[in-house]
Amino acid sequence: MTEEPEMSNPAIITNILVCGIGGQGVMTAAEILAQAAIAKGYDVKKSEVAGMAQRGGVVTSHVRFGRKVWSPVITPGTADILVAFEVAEGARWADMLRPGGIAMVNTIRLAPPVVSSGLYKYPDDPVAQMRAAGVTVYDFDAGAIARDLGDLKLVNTVMLGAIADYLPFPAADLEEQIVGRFRARKPQMVEVNQTAFDRGRAAAADAARVDAAG
Amino acid sequence: MSAAVQAKSETRLLLSGNEAIARGVWESGCKVAAAYPGTPSTEILENVALYPDLYAEWSVNEKVSLEVAIGASMSGARAFCAMKHVGMNVASDAFMTQTLAGVVGGLVIAVADDVGLSSSQNEQDSRFWGRFAHVPVLEPADSQEALEMVKLAFDLSEDFNTPVLVRLTTRVCHVKAMVTVGDRSARAVSGFKLDARRWVMTPANAKGMLPRQIEREGRLRQAAEASALNVVEPGTDTRIGFLTAGPAYMHVRESFPDSPVMKLGFTYPLPVEAIRAFRATVDRLVVVEETEPLMEGELKAAGMADVVGKDILPRLGELTPNVLIPAVYGLRGETPPAAGTYPKIDPFPRPPTMCAACPHMGVYYSLSRLRKKVQISGDIGCYTLGAGAPWNALDTTISMGASMGIALGMDKARSEETKDKAVIAVIGDSTFLHMGMQGLLDIVYNRGNVTALILDNRSTGMTGGQDHAGTGRDLHGGEAPRVDFAKLVEALGVKPERIRKVDPYMLPVVFKAIKDEIAVHEPSVIITDRPCVLSEFYDRFKPYKVVDEDCTGCGNCLNVGCPAIFVTRSETKTRADGKVNDLKFTTIDTAMCTGCHMCVDSCGPKAIIPLAPVSA
Repeated sequence: MTEEPEMSNPAIITNILVCGIGGQGVMTAAEILAQAAIAKGYDVKKSEVAGMAQRGGVVTSHVRFGRKVWSPVITPGTADILVAFEVAEGARWADMLRPGGIAMVNTIRLAPPVVSSGLYKYPDDPVAQMRAAGVTVYDFDAGAIARDLGDLKLVNTVMLGAIADYLPFPAADLEEQIVGRFRARKPQMVEVNQTAFDRGRAAAADAARVDAAG
Repeated sequence: MSAAVQAKSETRLLLSGNEAIARGVWESGCKVAAAYPGTPSTEILENVALYPDLYAEWSVNEKVSLEVAIGASMSGARAFCAMKHVGMNVASDAFMTQTLAGVVGGLVIAVADDVGLSSSQNEQDSRFWGRFAHVPVLEPADSQEALEMVKLAFDLSEDFNTPVLVRLTTRVCHVKAMVTVGDRSARAVSGFKLDARRWVMTPANAKGMLPRQIEREGRLRQAAEASALNVVEPGTDTRIGFLTAGPAYMHVRESFPDSPVMKLGFTYPLPVEAIRAFRATVDRLVVVEETEPLMEGELKAAGMADVVGKDILPRLGELTPNVLIPAVYGLRGETPPAAGTYPKIDPFPRPPTMCAACPHMGVYYSLSRLRKKVQISGDIGCYTLGAGAPWNALDTTISMGASMGIALGMDKARSEETKDKAVIAVIGDSTFLHMGMQGLLDIVYNRGNVTALILDNRSTGMTGGQDHAGTGRDLHGGEAPRVDFAKLVEALGVKPERIRKVDPYMLPVVFKAIKDEIAVHEPSVIITDRPCVLSEFYDRFKPYKVVDEDCTGCGNCLNVGCPAIFVTRSETKTRADGKVNDLKFTTIDTAMCTGCHMCVDSCGPKAIIPLAPVSA
């Protein structure tokens, strides 16, 4: 049985917006978050906006959980956490955050063809743009951590680790949700995912210190 | 995906609306289910196919899928089909008459509207079909309701001898929410029984059915008035009461938790008297419906002139809290709470792109070279992206299969300016089989001067790579007969010497084939035959790289449009004659590169070479 979450106030809903580019694993990350919240006994809604199905376009997933969730979409200005798998996408969706919300940003820069062909310019420093707008940004290179661990697919686990200390339930519960997926089918991947998760957590903590100092 | 299939009765799990519909179809004892893929409905049949003890298929188009379901219903089986909103336009010929004939086994049609237009050519409101065809419409608001309403729809269908529409929107189909599943109830199939007066819709027989249809609609109206799917949820703030249905209900509850709400699940026939009773309990009634003012109009016609709806709410898009709150506060004469704190940052658009090495790019690269000589009618699929940068080589998109007929019409209506332009129609394999064949037949029959490009990538790509009659696989992934496009178009009357098969990766070959065929003034067909890069049929080659010192910055490789090619630096160079050239030096993301070599063919200075040395 699931334990009863501490939700004395039904109005308190956690809103997490996951954004990135088609093919980056945005949907998977959102699914893991949703399943972790379910395991804690929350009501959960997860909304996907993929646009057209092929790769390369903007992808967002809204994850909302609490005692009772009505609308499946996050109202602009109410997101607690923005998880951005790409830095310009972080900037694009930063206005969805509530005051005091956190943008957890992977600093990878992925230029679409409209940029590489010269029609548009990729901003020099999207993180600086976000900070200039007053957003709290914790940014780090999740891809570098994943590469260091030998598998670029681990970016997903790194990013989830990064937000783990900002959720209303213990980080270990989110980690278990990830590791549990591998334990049955790919046990050899358990340890490296645990490492990726921990390094994501540490990177976020470092980024938070940098943001506070800046 | 299969968690729902294995779930025992009473299990609670997180399901999308589409997964929940599939579960509901199975629990209903449905025996035959059919669909053509279309966002946001595609995953319904993909999930139905995972369940045992029923037959499920990809049909060639929505009309055929409905006809398959009708045949099964006539034979006494519970039958289901699913489609996106525009699919219903295709299916409507069968639908509008079948509603007269009625059902034996329950017949349920799930129609998914793309409210907010994330992946469609229009935003039409499928609730109109209920009024048009005199059939009931149920509207779930979330996954649990989707499952339950599908089951109720089957019962309603059999009780009232009518097909039933379950109207979905993207926010039901593609939202995951907690669902408690149930058991399958087995149902026997009675088999087809001769009944010409019912099944042979000659004018005389159809005329006999018309009064029955009207009488049925009256009984359905009574059922809607009494339906447990239509409920009033009381609230303390009675200044405004809301009448709503579908996911809009969720947005209303989110936005105005203290207001009374009448939530409809059985929305056509509209329970006008129940609504009138609710109206009397609140100061004002606001109708929140996506997207057209259907309920509002009927209530006004029924004498409730003071209901408020589209005069404060938009007639397009989703009615999410950020839309509802300012509108309703405005109606109350109040200032809405501030929405959002941070300014919007708009870095650059990121439209969907073709994948690295997408075979379509080879065709559009060639078409863009011929741009001044051709006008290009397009169709619906990934290749619609050919309308955008860098190719700008697709001039129309209207409906499935329309590239063919539109090309013929363009050919027959030429001006002095366009009289020498070649007319080209571009269509994908799945779309050609869906509704393009007839148009090509019309081109042949009426001696059109059109070159049709059939981009056969062995996949229904845009919706996520579903199989079809041209892939050699069925809905379950099993072996299936595979249509031969060359033989098919020859059978339609295209001369064998005017039919070519080309590899779209060979840019010079594609270019020459198009140039040769547009020079001949009769119907011609060019079929490209590289599979979709995301399909199981695709073979990768070894990646390429750009040798920086050999790159002249001409930027020609960028015109292929491959997202694996990136600009490393830009320079401007003033030539001896004073002309200024913009130079763009490039690199290839070798992880994305599949070695298709289209960019190699586009590179004059031969600066693109294999990443690894080619062994002798």
